[in-house]
Amino acid sequence: MKGLLANYEEAAAIILFCIGFSTLLFHRNMLKKIIGLNIMDTGLYLFLASMGYIDGARAPILTDVNAINMADYINPVPSALVLTGIVVSVSVTAITLSLTVRLYSKYRTLNLDEIYAIARRTEKEEF
Amino acid sequence: MKLDKERFNAWLNDDPDRLNGMEEMAEIPYPPRERIKEKRQELQERIDAQPVGQISFLSRKFWQRVYSVFAVICCAVMTVVLLSTVAELPRFGEYRDTINELTERYIVSGLKETGAVNIVAGIILDYRAFDTLGESFVLFCALNCVLILLRIDSSDDVRHHELYFNLAHDDILRKSALFSIPIVFVYGIYVLLNGHLSPGGGFSGGAVIGAGIILLSIAYGERASGALISEKVFKTVCCCALAFYGVAKSYSFFTGANHLHSIIKPGTPGEILSGGLILPLNIAVGMVVACTIYGMYRMFKKGRF
Amino acid sequence: METFKIILLLMLIGCAICVSLTKRLLTAVIIFMCYSLIMAVVWILLESPDLGITEAAVGAGVSGILLLVTLKKINKTETDSEESEEEQKKKAGDGDETR
Repeated sequence: MKGLLANYEEAAAIILFCIGFSTLLFHRNMLKKIIGLNIMDTGLYLFLASMGYIDGARAPILTDVNAINMADYINPVPSALVLTGIVVSVSVTAITLSLTVRLYSKYRTLNLDEIYAIARRTEKEEF
Repeated sequence: MKLDKERFNAWLNDDPDRLNGMEEMAEIPYPPRERIKEKRQELQERIDAQPVGQISFLSRKFWQRVYSVFAVICCAVMTVVLLSTVAELPRFGEYRDTINELTERYIVSGLKETGAVNIVAGIILDYRAFDTLGESFVLFCALNCVLILLRIDSSDDVRHHELYFNLAHDDILRKSALFSIPIVFVYGIYVLLNGHLSPGGGFSGGAVIGAGIILLSIAYGERASGALISEKVFKTVCCCALAFYGVAKSYSFFTGANHLHSIIKPGTPGEILSGGLILPLNIAVGMVVACTIYGMYRMFKKGRF
Repeated sequence: METFKIILLLMLIGCAICVSLTKRLLTAVIIFMCYSLIMAVVWILLESPDLGITEAAVGAGVSGILLLVTLKKINKTETDSEESEEEQKKKAGDGDETR
């Protein structure tokens, strides 16, 4: 518990990740699932970025060109990685949303259970 | 179209005529929630009435219960395991072990080697530039998937869409957009051009500009944004920017990837025309991102350009 | 600053739980956009302003717009189907009368 309170940033990131995961598992609505996936993403990014944070350090933008001191700046590698991740998560959101629109125009519902049921029934009729 | 002052007076006097030009919208019935609910219920009843597949109704309920129990157990176990791992981690903010020789190289000699004051920009557009090229291609591929999935070809459908989504006559939206659109564009271009000097860069600047174009399209109709980005402009910009990115980076690698023999020098740190290839690459990435975002919005909204 | 950060993190968790618990999809989308904005401030406090700008533009702006347009499109499909069904019924009714 003490360790959790000391690492409150990482703990919050993990809690966000788990909330997103449970949203993904428990909700039957496609849009809710997509939002849950996004929350999972941001929780993971928060974890990564908080690993690179150092107390008292500044953002990695050099102010004094002549005297570069290592200890003054935070770790820039997690920032660069997370920047890539954010853009990729937008692409994933766009693709899943367009798939959702197609599913809705075919089955007229966003509920996955109903979609499965209708799909099974129509398959049975066809074959 | 009435004068603005007259319309304002009409609005002040609560004249119903203030909806001038919005009749088209008013004619289209908003989907009443009750009807949707009724349809849902009908559907549910129909599904429940028919035995589905080989699985009977009872066992379907049973499997749903099993699924939810397993989901709860899965979530709980994952939360406990991850949180116990976090409790064992070194204290937040004092974890200096992530600073290894790679990070040291990036911070200490990043400015000398790339010419970018913003080290993150130096990493993503110089040390790991092919990573960023792949990222741009991911965005481009996502746009293509959206295009394949949502494109509408019949002109009849398009007319229907236009009617429903027409918000271009809304006065409040227009006036507020008139003030905010220039600010959004200027801010986006600033972020884009100063990517190597200050926070920001290709992706954030491109996203801001794309959002500005979307606002233009919402407030002033498709014709305004279509004049800015038509289908032809969109194709040309996307392909040219991606090709330019690949060629420029290939040149950099061809000359040894250390800017020693390259004709493009890093320049004086802190000036706008410094950082070697970072500024042109930022502009290319920003253009791709802006076009992609606007294209996605257009596909979702209308189904075509 | 420490307290501010903790408050922001609690708000983040609250927003995430609200998204999970709300019934209406529109409310869920708007709460998700708020979540992204709070996230942008958290990035700034974590000394990563690059991520802050990107998250504000992409997470709150673009993702939110795409989700909202999807919602709008789904509502529209609903009206469309109802209209077309009514039209079909009308046409069928007319046909009966002429016969």
